[in-house]
Amino acid sequence: MEDYLSLFETYDVLAAFWVNIQLSFWAAIWALAIGTVLALFRISPIPSLQWFGAAYVNIFRNTPLTIILAFGFLGLFSVMQISLAADLNASLFRIAIVGLAVYHAAFVCEAIRSGVNTVPLGQAEAARAIGLSFLPAARLIILPQAFRGAIAPLGNVLIALIKNSTVAAAGSVATEASGLMKTMIEFRSDLVIPIFFTFALGFVVLVIPIGLLTTWASRKLAVAR
Amino acid sequence: MRKTRYAAAAVAAVAALTLSACGGGDSAESEGGGGGEGGGESLRIGIKFDQPGLGYDEGGSYSGFDVDVAKYVAAELGVSEENIEWVEAPSANRENLLANEQVDMIFATYSITDTRKETVDFAGPYFVAGQDLLVPTDSDITGPEDLEGKNLCSVTGSTSAQKIKDQYPGVQLVEQPGYAECVTAMGGGQIDAVTTDDIILAGLAAQEANAGKFKVVGNTFSEERYGVGLPKGSDRCGDINSAITKMIGDGAWEEAITSNTEGADYTFNAELNPPEPEPCA
Repeated sequence: MEDYLSLFETYDVLAAFWVNIQLSFWAAIWALAIGTVLALFRISPIPSLQWFGAAYVNIFRNTPLTIILAFGFLGLFSVMQISLAADLNASLFRIAIVGLAVYHAAFVCEAIRSGVNTVPLGQAEAARAIGLSFLPAARLIILPQAFRGAIAPLGNVLIALIKNSTVAAAGSVATEASGLMKTMIEFRSDLVIPIFFTFALGFVVLVIPIGLLTTWASRKLAVAR
Repeated sequence: MRKTRYAAAAVAAVAALTLSACGGGDSAESEGGGGGEGGGESLRIGIKFDQPGLGYDEGGSYSGFDVDVAKYVAAELGVSEENIEWVEAPSANRENLLANEQVDMIFATYSITDTRKETVDFAGPYFVAGQDLLVPTDSDITGPEDLEGKNLCSVTGSTSAQKIKDQYPGVQLVEQPGYAECVTAMGGGQIDAVTTDDIILAGLAAQEANAGKFKVVGNTFSEERYGVGLPKGSDRCGDINSAITKMIGDGAWEEAITSNTEGADYTFNAELNPPEPEPCA
């Protein structure tokens, strides 16, 4: 037990989880923005935009996240020499956020589209009848109701995103939790099992409140019909 | 009620499968191992599968210095090459593979350290490596002191990465899942140097795809004594040590190094090598 507690003096486990939280926070914001635009594309009346939305979702949803993040480091950073900040590690951190956001945007798009499906067709027809064109109708009538119907699936996407933020190690953000776990196992191989449980518990603590919160919010905010 | 019965049956089936999977590991001592060839003893040896020049899986055949030493030692223990079962032993799994007796011995760039000695036994060392730098051929970096403000790449969680963080805080360290990623990024020019043990770097530089592009600096700044990992309380240590001594004596040891680092412009540290195996505890 004393051995185990001494781990926390040597390794800053909380700081590692904080990196995951930051990655997830920024990636969630970007994914929500990109995903909403994609959902608009998919429900828009313009065929080329519909096609683009569908193509994006199918490509990124079916590409392993590890490959996307490894491409961020090997392709964008190493070969194309793209850097998003003056500092090397800050740049890699941002590239990882882009990778996470681009991947999860596909899932956000589908979550919002499922929310749109909860809005009765009559709502869109009524919006048309009072003279609203597509964008105002979407902004004022359809999307607000769709988001309220999509809270639970969006919560699931957020939970997946938090867990997937460990894959950022493949995109060279080695300061996050799974990177620290590797370091701890390398130096304290005598405590492998307790180390695993520590990190598993950390993610349970992070993720369970989100599940509870989104379940509660989805019940409370669902549009009663 | 029906449902619970099905569920219980399913759980039992899964448990049985899992248990039988575990049980499979114990058959090492059973003679012949099913092959029946010669009826000799068989050995399960853990090696790296992803380290060119040391332990490398080339589509089912294995090459490298670790593999060559393992084959020599196995032959001295009376096990022929076809009775060796090669098992992948990634760094993080090595102690568990030994503690659970899923392998009989490990030759996988396994440095002898005091923490590790608490869970496993070591024979050897059979090689003394040192942390070094791999740089592009035209680079003027000659040691860790030249790295200030440069971009250095190593593997997440490795001893080499930790040493740089502790001792050279001015270096921009990038950590990647594997050395292949580091070398690719260095080829692209965004990384100035890759660091880990010299012989691993030599193996990377000697790969066909990298031939002539990179050089090992040859200014080591640590001592990694590669040992043979054994389960705690193993009685093979003495035999392995005499096999290693014999291999060094008859020249096979040096030949194994030379042939596995060919084309890398690498010479091992002659002050520390060949090493004298430690007495077994």
